[in-house]
Amino acid sequence: MNGAGIIKGMVETARNFAGSYYDPQRLTTVQYPEEKLPPVENARTIPFLVYDGDDAMAGLRCTACTICEKECPPQCIYIIKDTIKKADYVGKLQMQPKVFDIDISVCMSCGICAEVCPFDAIKMDQVFELSARDRFAALLLHKTQLAKPDDYFVKLHKTEASDINGRREENKRKTEAAAAAKAAAPKAPVAPGAAKEGLK
Amino acid sequence: MSAPSCPMDVGEPAEHQLLEVSLGPHHPSTHGVFRMDVSLDGETVVKLKPVFGYLHRNHEKIAEKASYLSSIPYTDRLDYICSLTNNCAYVMTVEKLAGLVAPERAEYIRVILCELTRLINHSALAGFLLQDMGALGTPLMYAFREREKILDLFESLTGSRMMCNYMRFGGCRCDLPPGWLEQARAVVANFPSFLDEFEALLTGNEILQARTEGVGVLSPQLAVSAGVTGPMLRASGVNYDIRKVDSYSVYGRLNFRVPLGERGDVFDRYMIRILEMRESLKILEQALRDIPAGPIMDPKAKLRNLRPKAGEAYGRIEGPKGELGFYIISDGGPNPYRYRIRPPSLINLTILEDLCLGRPVADAVVILGSVDIVLGEVDR
Repeated sequence: MNGAGIIKGMVETARNFAGSYYDPQRLTTVQYPEEKLPPVENARTIPFLVYDGDDAMAGLRCTACTICEKECPPQCIYIIKDTIKKADYVGKLQMQPKVFDIDISVCMSCGICAEVCPFDAIKMDQVFELSARDRFAALLLHKTQLAKPDDYFVKLHKTEASDINGRREENKRKTEAAAAAKAAAPKAPVAPGAAKEGLK
Repeated sequence: MSAPSCPMDVGEPAEHQLLEVSLGPHHPSTHGVFRMDVSLDGETVVKLKPVFGYLHRNHEKIAEKASYLSSIPYTDRLDYICSLTNNCAYVMTVEKLAGLVAPERAEYIRVILCELTRLINHSALAGFLLQDMGALGTPLMYAFREREKILDLFESLTGSRMMCNYMRFGGCRCDLPPGWLEQARAVVANFPSFLDEFEALLTGNEILQARTEGVGVLSPQLAVSAGVTGPMLRASGVNYDIRKVDSYSVYGRLNFRVPLGERGDVFDRYMIRILEMRESLKILEQALRDIPAGPIMDPKAKLRNLRPKAGEAYGRIEGPKGELGFYIISDGGPNPYRYRIRPPSLINLTILEDLCLGRPVADAVVILGSVDIVLGEVDR
């Protein structure tokens, strides 16, 4: 018990203290409200709904299939299907949600909804300053508040979005080609064969 | 005059009075909402009753009602410091049940993430242990500074710093982003200098030695018979590490040693964690060097509507705190029929009274710190 170990430890503390003035390795604090860290591409907070085009409600990709509602671990998604169908990006008629609510006071930001969605309609946002004075209504987001344009998604998740949008472009081109082939050969006896030809 | 019924009655001599103290649940040294009902004779602990359940969330029952996929985010919240090892143990059990095999690259990613998690857990634990001894702030802040670097890696890979929700049955959710391996190698390369600094700060410190040596000695016999696992068991000198015993995942191919303690006191438990971090760094170096290219998902695996055929499986891994096991029974339906967790924290906690008896109350706090519990896992 001669105190040599304590002195050695104090030297270490002093090195860290002095180092915190010039060494970025030891100066790790970010002065949060004034400074912010750069966003991380994969980061996720709460979900949002992606829409194409200018009209948010008309361009929603969601088809109200309720897969996310079923798989959501804390069951924070609430969907009611609309009775009127609307055309999706390839012109096929799809269901649409009449009500699409997410209770973000329950959401645990796991990202399973975005993972299971077969239509790439729900994706994870990166907003984090979400506190509100009202505990209930302000944290229950409706589809009008959840809808965000495709550009926003591309801005947040560049790599993922370029994959998805590439696939969608491809699908659209194929469908258009198939439709064009069908229109060009109206007398073809079997429509599926013509469509297949159009794909090539 | 009738005999006094209350032990606190002034008529009784002072040396026979027991003082009952409720340590916690709102006490920083109890590592969460944990309460110790301690009976004190003077300053000496004569009886200690752990009281827990304040953080009970009904996890097992929820998992029996949710699909197999929906349970993964809940496992993050068991031991919330080490979400990735929890993910790993759960998906390995379901893989066993459903007959899926993760590709080699996915196994390497799992090993890398589990060892990074071990670094986080042990460095945080060493910081908290010192906090319990009264070294307020400094060691914990140094440990957290290093932890941040690993959490940044987790965030860029999984999207979340603590609730990672990354592993899936048959592989991993997404592949490593470009440049991730280089960042991980840089973190691993810098970590030994932090450990040296941490040891220079603490290991030789006479106050730490005085507070920990010979305190809370756990005999190997008691440790084995109580089912204690993990660093607690190895600090008592029992060579039992599931990474070696089962050689699950790719651990069989990696070269590492299992550090063992001699006396089983708090100092050994502190030291074993420092040594395990050094071994983890060796594993990480090898895994980061050998990681192959290739797919990260078993092609047979499906995310939704997983219905394993009726049967049962017990999967276990060497978590940072000990043997983390999941026991799942399937009846062929979309959700488990029975879902049970073997939490290392809870089982390591059962010997707390044996360690604390006859010690001053200040030591009870240090002993609890060295057991390394996380209440999310104890209470579930």
